[in-house]
Amino acid sequence: MPDDQPPPLEAPLLEVKNLKVYYPIHGGLMRRVVDYVRAVDDVSFLVKKGTTVGLVGESGSGKTTIGRSIIKLAPITGGQIFYQGKEVGGMTRGQFFPFRKKIQMIFQDPFNSLNPRMTIEQIISEPLDIHFPEWDKAKKGARVIDLLDKVNLPADSRGRYPHEFSGGQRQRIGIARALAVEPELILCDEPVSALDVSVQAQIVNLLQDLQEELGLTYLFIAHDLAVVEHISDYVLVMNRGKIVEQASAEEIYANAKDPYTQKLLAAAPTL
Amino acid sequence: MPLLDVKDLKISFHGRDRVTEAVKGINFSLEDGQTLAVVGESGSGKSVTAMSLTRLLPDPPTCQISGEILLRGQDVLMMPKRDLRSIRGKEIAYIFQEPSTSLNPVFTVGYQIAEAIKLHVPEEKDITGRVIDSLRKVGIRDAEKRYKAYPHEMSGGMQQRVMIAMALACEPKILVADEPTTALDVTIQAQIIDLLKELREKTDMSIILITHNFGIIKGFADQVQVMFRGEVVEHGPTEKVLENPQHPYTKALIACIPRPGTKQRRLTTIDHASLV
Repeated sequence: MPDDQPPPLEAPLLEVKNLKVYYPIHGGLMRRVVDYVRAVDDVSFLVKKGTTVGLVGESGSGKTTIGRSIIKLAPITGGQIFYQGKEVGGMTRGQFFPFRKKIQMIFQDPFNSLNPRMTIEQIISEPLDIHFPEWDKAKKGARVIDLLDKVNLPADSRGRYPHEFSGGQRQRIGIARALAVEPELILCDEPVSALDVSVQAQIVNLLQDLQEELGLTYLFIAHDLAVVEHISDYVLVMNRGKIVEQASAEEIYANAKDPYTQKLLAAAPTL
Repeated sequence: MPLLDVKDLKISFHGRDRVTEAVKGINFSLEDGQTLAVVGESGSGKSVTAMSLTRLLPDPPTCQISGEILLRGQDVLMMPKRDLRSIRGKEIAYIFQEPSTSLNPVFTVGYQIAEAIKLHVPEEKDITGRVIDSLRKVGIRDAEKRYKAYPHEMSGGMQQRVMIAMALACEPKILVADEPTTALDVTIQAQIIDLLKELREKTDMSIILITHNFGIIKGFADQVQVMFRGEVVEHGPTEKVLENPQHPYTKALIACIPRPGTKQRRLTTIDHASLV
C-alpha cells in the first residue's frame, strides 16, 4: 500500500503483531550474551478507535514494556506495530516524531512524573512547545487554562508548583499534559494504583468523561483486575511476557478460562 | 485492663502562620490478640495517630499532643524520652507502606534485622540464627542465602516480608501496619495479608492495620474505626460496619470500590463538601 493512501476504514487504531522485547543477559569472562530476558514474548493484539483496552498482569509480566515499546521508550527485538495501518515499529525516532503527538502517556506515580521545579503552566505547555513551536504565548496560555478546566482544576493553579497539590490533583495535571497536543491514543500506565480508592474513583470517572467528550482511545495498564474490568471494553491478561487470555471485560470476569486469570481474580479484594 | 487504651487524643501541628488539627480528640482501645483496622483517606489523621503511639512525631512546639495513650496502664505521653526506646520495636513495632524506602540500601537485610535484636535482646547469643529464623517465619526461602542479600536484590513483596521479619524479630505486643500492601501488586497483597493472619495466630500479637481500602479488611480485622478529618466517625465490629454502615462517609468509602461484574457505568465518588 503506498504511503499517501488513507488506511482502509476497518483498520484498527493500533495493531501489535508478534511483538518481542528481549534484554540480553551478559555472563562469563568475555561478558558474552548468554541468555535473554524475554520481557515481551510474541504478543499480538488490536486496539479499536474510541475503545479502552485493559492490559493486566503482575509486576514483571511485561505490561509496562509493551506500553513503552509502542512509543519507542523501549527497543523492539522483533514484530511489528501498526498505527492506523502504518508500520511504526521499525521507524527511527525522527520518522516517528509526528506519531508521538498522537500517542501520549500518563504515568503511575504523580509524585515522580512531574518536574518539581516547573510550574503547572510550564509542565502542561511543554508538549505544546515541542509539537506546536509556531504557537505564540497567548495561544499556549489559553490552551493551558482550557486544559485545566477539562480536568476540573482551577485556572489559578497554573502558577503553582507540583508540591502544592495532592496525589489526585497531580494525576489530573498529568492527564492535562497528556491531552495538551490533542492525542488520539493515551497509554495509561497504572494511572490510579498510587491513589486512595476514593481518589481512584474520581480519576477513573474523569478518564471516562474525557473519552466520551474527545473520542479518545485508551490502553489501560494496571495490576488491579477490578479497576481494569470496570474501565475496559476488552481485557488482555499478561503473565511472563505472554498474553495468556484475552476477551471482553464481561467475559473475563464471568468466565475466566486461564488459571492465571482466575488467580488474579481471586486475589482482588472483594466486599 | 486493655493492652492499649487511647483517651481523648488530640494532635496538632503548628506552622509559622497556621495550626493544623490532625487528630481532634479520639478514643479507642485494643485487647490482646485483637486486630483493629483504621480506615480513612489521605489526610484523615490515621498515620499520625499510629505514629503518636510511640511518639515518633516531632517535638513541641511543632507538634502538640494531648490526651492519654495507656500501654498496659502506663502513659506513653508522660514517659521520659529515654524510656521510649524500650517501647519502640519491643512493645510496638511498625511496618510502613513503601518497603523500598524503609530499608537502608547500603546494608544487607540480615544486618538490618540484627540491629533490632541487638538493641532489644542484648542477651541473645546466636543473633544470626535468630535473624535467619525470623526470615523463615515470614516465608522467605533460602533464608541463609537471603540473609546476605541487599534490599535492591529483592522484589517489592520480598522487601515487605523483610520489613515484617524486622518488626516481629523482637516479638512485639502490637504490630502497627501502616498501608502495608498499598505499594504491592494484588496477588502479593493477598499473600502479605495471609502472612499477617498466620503470624497473628502463631504469636497472639495485636495488630493495628491502617488502610484507605475497605476491601482488604474483610475477614482480617475484628474492629474497624473510620476516620474523617481527624475524627472517628464510625466504630464497630468489621462485619457489622461493612454490612450496615451508618455514617455517610463510611458508606461513600465502601461504595467507591469498583465491583467487578456489576457494570455500573460510573464509580461512586465522595462529595466531601456534603459531609461537613
